[in-house]
Amino acid sequence: MTSSSPPNAVEMKDIVIRFPGVLANDHVNLTLKQGEIHALLGENGAGKSTLMNALAGLYKPVSGVMKVHGEDVNFNSPKEAISKGIGMVHQHFMLVPTQTVTENILLGLGEPKFFMDLAKYDQKIRDLQDQFGLRVDPSALVWQLSVGEQQRVEILKTLYRGADILIMDEPTAVLAPQEIDELMNTMRSMTEQGKSIIFISHKLNEVTAVADRLTVLRKGVATAEGIGVEGLTGEKLAELMVGRKVIFSVEKKAQEPGAVVLDVRDVSAENNKGVPALNKLSLNVREGEILGIAGVAGNGQSELAEVITGMRTCEGSIFINGEDVANCEPSKAIERGVAHVPEDRTGVGSAPNMTITENTIMKNYRDNPIGNKWSINFTEARSHARGLKDAYDILAPSVRTMARKLSGGNLQKVILAREITTNPKLMVAMQPTRGLDVGAIESIQRLLLAQREEGTAILLISEELDELLTLSDRIAVLHEGEVMGILDAENADVKEIGLMMTGMKRSDA
Amino acid sequence: MNLPYTVIFEKRTADYPKWLPAVTSLVSVLVAFIISGIVLKIIGGDPLRVLKFFFTATFGSWPVFSDTMVKATPLIMVGLACAVAFKMKLWNIGAEGQFYMGAFFSSLVVLVPMVNLETTPKFIVITLMIIMGMIGGAIWGFIPGYLKAKYQVNEIIITLMLNYVALYWNNFWIFDKWSDAGFQMTPQFEKIAWLPRLSDLAKEYRQFSGITLHLGVVFGIIAAIIIWWILERSHWGYEIKLIGDNPQAARYAGLNITRNLVLVMMLSGALAGLAGMSEISGVVHRLQEKISPGYGFTGIIVAWLAKLSPFAVIIVSILFGALIVAGREIQPSGLSNLLQGIILFMVISSDVLLRYKIRLVRLEQEA
Ligand SMILES: Nc1ncnc2c1ncn2[C@@H]1O[C@H](COP(=O)(O)OP(=O)(O)OP(=O)(O)O)[C@@H](O)[C@H]1O
Ligand SMILES: [Mg+2]
Repeated sequence: MTSSSPPNAVEMKDIVIRFPGVLANDHVNLTLKQGEIHALLGENGAGKSTLMNALAGLYKPVSGVMKVHGEDVNFNSPKEAISKGIGMVHQHFMLVPTQTVTENILLGLGEPKFFMDLAKYDQKIRDLQDQFGLRVDPSALVWQLSVGEQQRVEILKTLYRGADILIMDEPTAVLAPQEIDELMNTMRSMTEQGKSIIFISHKLNEVTAVADRLTVLRKGVATAEGIGVEGLTGEKLAELMVGRKVIFSVEKKAQEPGAVVLDVRDVSAENNKGVPALNKLSLNVREGEILGIAGVAGNGQSELAEVITGMRTCEGSIFINGEDVANCEPSKAIERGVAHVPEDRTGVGSAPNMTITENTIMKNYRDNPIGNKWSINFTEARSHARGLKDAYDILAPSVRTMARKLSGGNLQKVILAREITTNPKLMVAMQPTRGLDVGAIESIQRLLLAQREEGTAILLISEELDELLTLSDRIAVLHEGEVMGILDAENADVKEIGLMMTGMKRSDA
Repeated sequence: MNLPYTVIFEKRTADYPKWLPAVTSLVSVLVAFIISGIVLKIIGGDPLRVLKFFFTATFGSWPVFSDTMVKATPLIMVGLACAVAFKMKLWNIGAEGQFYMGAFFSSLVVLVPMVNLETTPKFIVITLMIIMGMIGGAIWGFIPGYLKAKYQVNEIIITLMLNYVALYWNNFWIFDKWSDAGFQMTPQFEKIAWLPRLSDLAKEYRQFSGITLHLGVVFGIIAAIIIWWILERSHWGYEIKLIGDNPQAARYAGLNITRNLVLVMMLSGALAGLAGMSEISGVVHRLQEKISPGYGFTGIIVAWLAKLSPFAVIIVSILFGALIVAGREIQPSGLSNLLQGIILFMVISSDVLLRYKIRLVRLEQEA
């Protein structure tokens, strides 16, 4: 090593982190060079978030050495990590929804001392935004922001605190494709300005697009340490992550769809801000059919899922097997056999301080054999949960583990397992494979197809065009709350879908 | 001067062992006693004598222990009332008012009278009083529950204000309508409306004479068992916990949140109302002005210290019952309030131990 080269931004050596029943990191090494983008990959529950939480001062390794800019560090709190220039954007955001962007960014800092001269800070934040191309209105309230904008706030928060080492935990999982492009540009401009970035992702194309080198974890062990991204193939990467070859093909059997299960007629609804989100929208899904919904995020997808499942009020009618359920409570939809994989897995889909068992019985705690007339048979409930844990490969020490301790992908699996086992007539799945590793994506896609074969009607909302094309029978494209057109998935033209997503109506629609 | 050691707080990555909360709570109570002792010493008292006196005055013999239990009895029920509501993150601080309404409604059985007190069997009179007491409390829980469910009115404010309404409602009747010769109390109830006490058995068992422990304590224990079962075993308890943990998820799972909200407030009120009935029928035997020295508010503390666990509520209630008795016996009586305050403070701060590991680390010697 020459003495002139700058010290590495981060060196982690032989890091061991243990949770009860889990060895989350087993002698892991990771080196982040100055000014590079380093990708961190691995299956769900491989220990990526854990390793990064240790670097951000949230967990303390049992053993191992950490150096930041060549200097030994031993963090006892996130504050100490921040003071060394380390900032982390978490998988699940940590913002205060009722406060403005500026207030969130300033939260926990010593300033402003007494008078909230926010306008002054707004300007400072605008300067930061210009520097890195992170656009978001500083005076907007956080709850009114889209997920992508909230993420920018999180990034700004770390930059404002002077971070020069950024950790981003699955930042792209919540973003629409063009937002991902923007994020990548931001990342590049940050490294050009001397920052170093660790980037967690499940997607090879993202990694090859922005990262310089990568490290792969499998079950807490590093299977690749800082190898270059050039020439890396999907097969090779999958093998490093999963330890076996993954066949990237799921097969959709040809089958005739049956009777109409879901019939949405002229439905209009507003979003959380009171702005129209759905505009006289009509569509239907039949038995044994997957209808894919494509569209740029924020064009009414969330609202569509919510009106069908009774979570949001609307105008118009929604027939499920002939019964109008528009504006009924969610219990009505559940009763009619509607399963729902919600967009927001921590805020809506699960109860963080309840166990896996309690989370898996959310929809059937009253049904035999788990529910008796008044009580819950917890022995049955636990064995039900254990069954799901095995069948869906949910990684956790036991079914008594609390939901908030699960890795992002494993929590998603808990939700999917629960919804699929209700034997639904209609399944409304929003981004069901978000945050899952390749192996898990494949098995979830298989499960969705198996549901289809059993005659379930499936409404699949996704931002992954590939996923829609592989799974769907038909694809409806949404733009500003209207259906631009419905295409056959088999001979759909990606270009045409793209155009429709920007608002061009299909002539025969 | 530089110390060679430093204390560091490490966030726990693992769950704390099951026994830890019990141990930290116990240690906090001990530390609270020690701190109070130091305070006593500073102001010139003799802490050891006071401590000894505290124990003899509260646990030293069967009669004083019975007094302690008599004070613990309403606290158990009121503590359970708060625990149930807090489980759903409903901040019912109106147990005091619900207690008074329970007292008022159960008194109606005698004061109206609702049954012929000469001929009706005691069993029926008492049962009727229990039912009326619980209804009274439940009504006082229903009002804030309904307002919150229907109009999103903050339950803290409503329950707090209803405390005063209940108090003055009671006063209205005892100052005027049912006043006993101008005193601010009703005439004493007929014996038939009294809960049986151990001293009733003094004729057969000499050792029970003067022991005022009444049947209310059994109500408290049964209530704790039922509440435990509801919370830990029943559908309803699962729903309560789910709504408490994530109301969004509860809605998504198809639960009826507004109905549960009203029902839980009613259950909470009914428990506090039962405490009011038990005080009326077991201790004071009449409706009067100061039936409660703030049981409803102490109940909040009890529930919190018991970490919302029904059985722990019983134990904490006994400790607080002892503090109330001691406050009566020890002069100045503020001492026991001081101790209560310090205990609360200690137990709440001991939560840090559950969330952090604390380690003493030797600082590296500088060359
Ligand atoms: N606070 C915790 N307590 C107990 N176990 C935990 C805790 N946090 C994580 N784990 C466990 O540690 C393992 C690694 O989790 P981690 O969150 O690091 O996975 P990950 O690689 O980020 O996965 P994903 O891609 O699903 O986000 C998992 O088995 C998880 O259940
Ligand atoms: Mg993770």
